[in-house]
Amino acid sequence: MTDTDIYGVLPEALWSQPEIDLSGIAEFDGVEAIQRVRLPASITYDYIPGLAQTRFLRGLAQKKILGERSAQSGDVYVPPRGMSPAEGLPTSEQVELPHKGSVASFCVVHIGFGTNAPPTPFCSALVLLDGASVSVYGPIQEIPYDQVRIGMRVEPVWVDDDQLAPSFESIKWWRPIDEPDVPAESLKGHM
Amino acid sequence: MGDAALPADLLRADLAIEYPFNRTTGPVIGAFFTGLRERVLVGIRGADGRVICPPVEYDPVTSAPLTELVKVGDEGTITSWSWVPSPRASQALAEPHALAMIRLDGADTALLHVVAADGPEAVATGARVRAHWADEREGGVTDIAYFELTGEHEGTEA
Repeated sequence: MTDTDIYGVLPEALWSQPEIDLSGIAEFDGVEAIQRVRLPASITYDYIPGLAQTRFLRGLAQKKILGERSAQSGDVYVPPRGMSPAEGLPTSEQVELPHKGSVASFCVVHIGFGTNAPPTPFCSALVLLDGASVSVYGPIQEIPYDQVRIGMRVEPVWVDDDQLAPSFESIKWWRPIDEPDVPAESLKGHM
Repeated sequence: MGDAALPADLLRADLAIEYPFNRTTGPVIGAFFTGLRERVLVGIRGADGRVICPPVEYDPVTSAPLTELVKVGDEGTITSWSWVPSPRASQALAEPHALAMIRLDGADTALLHVVAADGPEAVATGARVRAHWADEREGGVTDIAYFELTGEHEGTEA
């Protein structure tokens, strides 16, 4: 994919500067002028996900979605951070979540980037797994992007078994399942 | 808590976060980059007739818009420099090198670039350098892989 595919052609008269004079330089005859440059800014870092997320990521390698429940509120956090952000207390009870959820929120992505981004436009959603208190992120596929709706029931599509890894990329995307939508009100407060 | 206290089976990964900025250059910087791709260095004539390289869009003294691009040489003179003893991964050369302000022939201001040299004792203010062009050029300052010392010094004949 070229930059022009992603960003389109620069409009005429985009720049306010006056026309430049290149007449004295033969090397510019007939060459295409550079109008933009790619200047990626990056940092690399050593990421240690911690105990709770290590459990979660190792679960994904076995096609398990693991969360943790707060003993005080009963809220189930996934991915777990090892503590409840609402109470500031450890979440010690492990919970295995079902492979079913509802679209809690979504947007249509027109400029995709990242190593595994689907072709644009695609639908990117927050999925509230049944029994969870917070949503997980994932792309929605196997349905036209403009037919995705809040409350739609979905399930994860996993990579092939020999590709499973302790990574959220073990879930390729989410797809609709043949169940009636849940009311949007039931998703409130769970994004 | 130091690493020694962490369980051995804790996951760990090298991650990178990257912002894929794609910036428009404007006509003046665009011409400078276009020139680099075509192996020609350009500056711009200021309101007082001096040649500014790398070119700027507005005169540094009068703020008048500048439009007359002029070719400058791909050799020049070091006006100031600093030695980089331990280059980091993103730097232009993996080996120790100099970062130098280089006044190209035909220009009145200096350009910052990399100078390849065996050691700091080989570099000096006034030393003459020549652009070493990258084999693959796409329109950017790294189209000059580095400057190399010619062995000459300003004011002396080779």
